[in-house]
Amino acid sequence: MRYHQADYDVPLLFEACDEQKIDDRFDPTIGGAIPKGLLRSDLNIPDLPERDVVKHFINLSQMNFGVDNGLYPLGSCTMKYNPKICDEVVSWPSVASIHPHQDPSTVQGALRLMHELEGMLCEIGGVDAVTLQPAAGAQGEYTGIHIVRAYHEARGEKRNEVILPDTAHGTNPASAAMVGYDVLEIPSKNGCVDIEALKASISSDTAAFMLTNPNTLGIFEKDVKEIAGTLHDAGALLYYDGANLNAIMGKTSPGHMNFDIVHFNLHKTFATPHGGGGPGAGPVGVKRYLEEFLPVPRIIEKDGKYHLDYDQPKSIGKVKAYFGNFGVLVRAYAYMMMQGGPGLEAASENAVLNSNYLKDKLKDDFELPYGGLRKHEFVLSGKPLKSKGVRTLDFAKRLLDYGFHAPTIYFPIIVDEAIMIEPTETESKETLDRFVDVCKQILKEDPEILKTAPHNTSRRRMDEAKAARDMIFSWRGYKKKTENAK
Amino acid sequence: MEHSKCSLEMLQELGLKSVDELFADIPKSVRSGGLRLPEGMSEIDLKRSLETMLSSNRHAESMLNFLGAGIYHHYIPSAVKMITGRSEFITSYTPYQPEISQGMLQALFEYQSYIAELTGMDVVNSSMYDASTALGEAVLMSTRISGGDTFLLSRAISPERRRVAELYAKGADIRLVDVDFDRASGSVDLNDLTSKLKDGVSGFYFETPNFFGVIESQAREIRGLLDKRTMVVGVNPMSLAILRPPGDLGADIVIGDAQVFGAPMSFGGPTIGLFGCRPEHVRKMPGRIIGMTTDIEGRAAYCMTLQTREQHIRRSKATSNICTNEALLAVAAAAYLSVVGRTGLREIAATNVRNMQSLSSRIDSISGFGAPLFKGAHFNEFIVRSDRDPFQIHKTLLTQGIHGGLVLANMFPELGNSTLYATTEMHTKEDHDRLLGALEGIR
Ligand SMILES: Cc1ncc(COP(=O)(O)O)c(C=O)c1O
Repeated sequence: MRYHQADYDVPLLFEACDEQKIDDRFDPTIGGAIPKGLLRSDLNIPDLPERDVVKHFINLSQMNFGVDNGLYPLGSCTMKYNPKICDEVVSWPSVASIHPHQDPSTVQGALRLMHELEGMLCEIGGVDAVTLQPAAGAQGEYTGIHIVRAYHEARGEKRNEVILPDTAHGTNPASAAMVGYDVLEIPSKNGCVDIEALKASISSDTAAFMLTNPNTLGIFEKDVKEIAGTLHDAGALLYYDGANLNAIMGKTSPGHMNFDIVHFNLHKTFATPHGGGGPGAGPVGVKRYLEEFLPVPRIIEKDGKYHLDYDQPKSIGKVKAYFGNFGVLVRAYAYMMMQGGPGLEAASENAVLNSNYLKDKLKDDFELPYGGLRKHEFVLSGKPLKSKGVRTLDFAKRLLDYGFHAPTIYFPIIVDEAIMIEPTETESKETLDRFVDVCKQILKEDPEILKTAPHNTSRRRMDEAKAARDMIFSWRGYKKKTENAK
Repeated sequence: MEHSKCSLEMLQELGLKSVDELFADIPKSVRSGGLRLPEGMSEIDLKRSLETMLSSNRHAESMLNFLGAGIYHHYIPSAVKMITGRSEFITSYTPYQPEISQGMLQALFEYQSYIAELTGMDVVNSSMYDASTALGEAVLMSTRISGGDTFLLSRAISPERRRVAELYAKGADIRLVDVDFDRASGSVDLNDLTSKLKDGVSGFYFETPNFFGVIESQAREIRGLLDKRTMVVGVNPMSLAILRPPGDLGADIVIGDAQVFGAPMSFGGPTIGLFGCRPEHVRKMPGRIIGMTTDIEGRAAYCMTLQTREQHIRRSKATSNICTNEALLAVAAAAYLSVVGRTGLREIAATNVRNMQSLSSRIDSISGFGAPLFKGAHFNEFIVRSDRDPFQIHKTLLTQGIHGGLVLANMFPELGNSTLYATTEMHTKEDHDRLLGALEGIR
């Protein structure tokens, strides 16, 4: 099978701009309503026929690769197929054309949907209460760590430190730091939390420990209850990064593992599309004793009517305006209703099956640090590539030539030349087999082909250093640079 | 659980007898034993059940609506919906592999270019979650730029944004102090600002148009008073089709919500946080930035750049924790701005101003009502003052199928019986007539 991405030279829309003159018949004061001093003298954006605009963006879309184009095994990101009905319902006026300040009596359907979604997430997360407000996973973490701070402060304690494993996603330490915590990263042992190192680092200053389970290597942390016990004994809380929930639905839950706080990435596990990097949604669930700290408003049901409750004196406040990324919430709700409980459990089973299948087929061609089962993803080391004189980066770029998106690479840092693969449950055995064949074939190819890959994409390898050096972030910036150069 | 023939084959190849064995590493003590959730449903059943549930929502197409306050009802051209509906955009992720993601990268660069031109800022990131978190991040960035432990906020801003800023400030132990507005004009009270510019103040945030719809006329004076401190300006980017860009007025950081460009109201989310800054501050900026470059063949290309500011590299020292942002809405904004173009955008903005002028003066002529409350120039919303209790008026309007403006009595008690009305190009003269008829009935 052959692959070649569309390849156009698409000029920037702004390139059409320069010859155009501003329309001087236009009266920007709108008959004197706005004083001249407040008005701009020009607006340098292009006037284009709709026909040209559509061609422009369609050509661009063809130079972009999404899950609908093919396998997107980006580890940690859960790039599963998104059922189309979920996108359709979001365009209904009853979803798209409601305003967040509307009287609650006029948005009962929306409030009910959110309330039911909270309930389903409680069940999946093994928690007692959920807020849908955070806009993404990282904001879920940020919300959760604010809850940690509020919890300790309410108990009159000042704790300054959040601990996390060195395999943690970058958003974990960044979120903790933004809430004002010092971050302590502890080294892993055999791919898992080093319990001795953890115990040694816990003190009366420890506010929380952040973990995802299965962890970043796709390994289930068997000792999670002991970890939780150790932290709880020290008066600290346990935070669950829900990015890896796709592995465990119906089998276990963060609540069953004794986590206190969890965020869910609806744009991963619950099939809402990633949109090229958003929008997402990062609801946060907590155990009963933390509910009073959740952001406002809470959605309350009473006698079949839904209300917005702002009267929560211990609430951390608001992390985002209004109620969360409603459009994303509706998609996740639709997906969950279609899957149902059994369907969600099956999703996890097939995600784990696909991952172990691929792992077994590829482990001898690469290196698999730490043996045993994996959950929804696994991390290979690309070290053996070095004997060919190439690196993981080259291998990843070469995969693009075959119409596969590359896996996540160089994360987690504890694996040399890491290749992190997450096939998800929506890929067929045929696709996985073809991926395996291509991986094996690439290993046999001339190293030069890899080092100069990709060849079949719309652009070849980037000069990323030039981008950082030139610092051109807009057409305006480009014009200034080129004029200065003259 | 039933499994397909392929799954069984795969299990066999793994040397496993059942799916359960794949989960043998999860200890019994943490097992949950299944999900207590209903069975799944077919697509057609889902559609029916959602239709029933959501039919109780009264949306802008079934109920005349005058709400604004940060989220606005604008027309979205069909071409924009088609473009943002392309599944190559929708189903992709952050463009970590630029060679195969040029479409998204160039579209984001075009978004940055449009916003840069509108705001007059050379550097624009490829999106924050929304205006409220953009403000929160701006407070933090202001401290990175100017030092200090205090940040000043105009009182004439959205209480939603204010509350989010409070949380971001708390995380960084930054103190927020309010600056009052002038009771006659509705713009910043310069005397109050001057009195609060003490040591330790890193910067000041004000909006134009502000929460009351008033266009700030004293930006230059504010710039002067702030001296070296950071000036953060919040905008409704739609208004920048005609108004002077904050970059020309000396802003260091510009934030706002680009929802007005091609995104539906969606009950307040997802929207898109706009964030721009001066070039000298770029390394202190949060969020993803797309830069122009070339590939090894020398062809024009785009990639994410200055990533050493970001969480995946800098971890706890990053400028922000943001990872997933609102990329698809940035594509929508770029598509919207290119479809309407300069002429269209200026015409839409002018229609907003005209509608505001006309509605406000017509309401003003009804006895028992006064509008606009403030004397300054307005964009597309304004405060209506009423003799009668605004909550009562709101209820009466609702019974007539009209959603009036946002009642401010609880948020700004000092403004008395005040209600914030917005009107955009979506309202026809007949819509205004209906509202006026209803208000006259109340009098
Ligand atoms: C393990 C992990 N944690 C947290 C996040 C952050 O989630 P988001 O991108 O939605 O902010 C991600 C996603 O990239 C992740 O993979």
